[in-house]
Amino acid sequence: MPFIPHTDDDVRDMLKTIGADSISDLFDEIPGELLIDELVGVPDALSEMEVMRLMRARAEKDGAPLCFIGAGAYEHHIPTAVWDIATRGEFYSSYTPYQAEASQGTLQVIYEYQTMITSLTGLDASNASLYDGASALAEASLMAVRANRKSKSKRILLASGVNATYQKVAAAIAGAQGLVFDRLPLSIENGTTELAALGDAGEAPVAVVIQQPSFFGTLEQMDAITNWAHEQGALVIAIVNPTSLAVLKSPRQWGDAGADIACGEGQPLGVPLSSGGPYFGFLSCKQKFVRQMPGRIVGRTTDLDGKMGYTLTLQAREQHIRRSKATSNICTNQGLMVTAATIYMSLLGAKGLARVAQASHAKTVSLVSALTSIDGVDALFSGAYFHEAAIRLSKPVGPVLQQLSAQNILGGYDLSAHYPELANALLVCATETKTDADIETYADALRQILASQD
Amino acid sequence: MNELPGDLIYTSEHEWLRQEEDGTVTVGITNHAQEALGDLVYVELPEVGQEVSSGGDMAVVESVKAASDVYSPVSGEVISVNEELADTPENINSDPYGDGWIVRIRASEVAADTMTPNEYQEFLDALDE
Repeated sequence: MPFIPHTDDDVRDMLKTIGADSISDLFDEIPGELLIDELVGVPDALSEMEVMRLMRARAEKDGAPLCFIGAGAYEHHIPTAVWDIATRGEFYSSYTPYQAEASQGTLQVIYEYQTMITSLTGLDASNASLYDGASALAEASLMAVRANRKSKSKRILLASGVNATYQKVAAAIAGAQGLVFDRLPLSIENGTTELAALGDAGEAPVAVVIQQPSFFGTLEQMDAITNWAHEQGALVIAIVNPTSLAVLKSPRQWGDAGADIACGEGQPLGVPLSSGGPYFGFLSCKQKFVRQMPGRIVGRTTDLDGKMGYTLTLQAREQHIRRSKATSNICTNQGLMVTAATIYMSLLGAKGLARVAQASHAKTVSLVSALTSIDGVDALFSGAYFHEAAIRLSKPVGPVLQQLSAQNILGGYDLSAHYPELANALLVCATETKTDADIETYADALRQILASQD
Repeated sequence: MNELPGDLIYTSEHEWLRQEEDGTVTVGITNHAQEALGDLVYVELPEVGQEVSSGGDMAVVESVKAASDVYSPVSGEVISVNEELADTPENINSDPYGDGWIVRIRASEVAADTMTPNEYQEFLDALDE
């Protein structure tokens, strides 16, 4: 059933009114060579029943393994109430609410969400969310170039612990606008950015990106890097794990002046791992950069009768008004994920989120202690970490992970894929969802695998 | 304020220019432009020292309903910007030809395709038809 309400007569009338012969005339700006007749490799449509059966079969393949992988997405307990409320009809079909008079509930949820994100990051303003953490970095980088026009550079300098996938995505999105992403060297000893390398970092960048905790779970010296970046005339973009902000310094407190923009992956806040998505990205900034912030922003106001109300605000630079010159043409807000996150944060509160963060840290300390007590396993880096840490195995990681997987254990993330210099390195994570028995199960399995002679 | 100041020249993009005695050019947007935009809430100014080219983007004026580029009517170097617009963008609404000026440019090239007040008035009249 096509969900297009216009009859053939309606279409004819409209085309006649604007003087076009056919609907395809409306797309004649697209060069002919870019048009394709068919979508190669896309199979025929399936019925709802067939799709349900297919998806169920695929979901069953996932099973229910014991998961010790973090690396950007984290398994946390999600109170049942979160998705019970989020999937109510009033929220479930929520999308960007352009029509304020019909969407007060959705707008208020987003407003509360924005308030919570600014509480976590310490910054002044938040948008209504973006696709995911990686695209949030791309938008933050483009935003930094617009906001820091005094710098003639389009070079974005990344601390060594920025997620390599984020760098790839940001380069894919922003590369065509001339942005270049370079990376500072990693201290192999500490697993953090080599501060001695800052003096030798080349052309002054338009922005410096610091991920805290780093991709390796370690804690960067964000105060020193933030101050150095500001001395260079660069803005500071923080990539932060929202759970960690319940116990770590907020980006606003970094260095003397604080980070200018904070972004990250919102998935830990009530969104299931779900084979990789949908997740949501968050983006917040200091007040003076708010007009360069892409995406929807909800504001609170009073109506003509003096009643409190909510509406989209600062929209004049957005794509539905400013079209090709908008702050972004490739962003949206993840309404449903943000609804879940807002309910999650409401249920936990600041203390609850801090307990999740503390429990996750404590479980990871137990995990690292259990694993490094095994012959052939060492901690890779010295120094503090949050809820993720790198260990070195006496054998190549790939085959070990396969053997663990055969025992229904997802043992971690193989770092050698993106960091060949970190041979036999495995990134492991434990959140509050893991019991001491789970950690014991993992340690026993790994001990046996490493002790075997094959 | 329907009278067009007689000492200015105008462009089809609804900017005005004043040739100053020191050879620089002051630029703003016309009364017609500010009326079409409505209440201005923000003006994004260029950097002093920035090179602008004739017909290129120079500033952005933002009202509650639209953000529009202001195009430079001349090529040259921005030597001064109206910093007061950062706090009082509404000066463009209340006094587009005075306190609402936007930039001063040291022009390296004389503006092409400009209009006298009478020509611009005819241009506006034709838009209304």
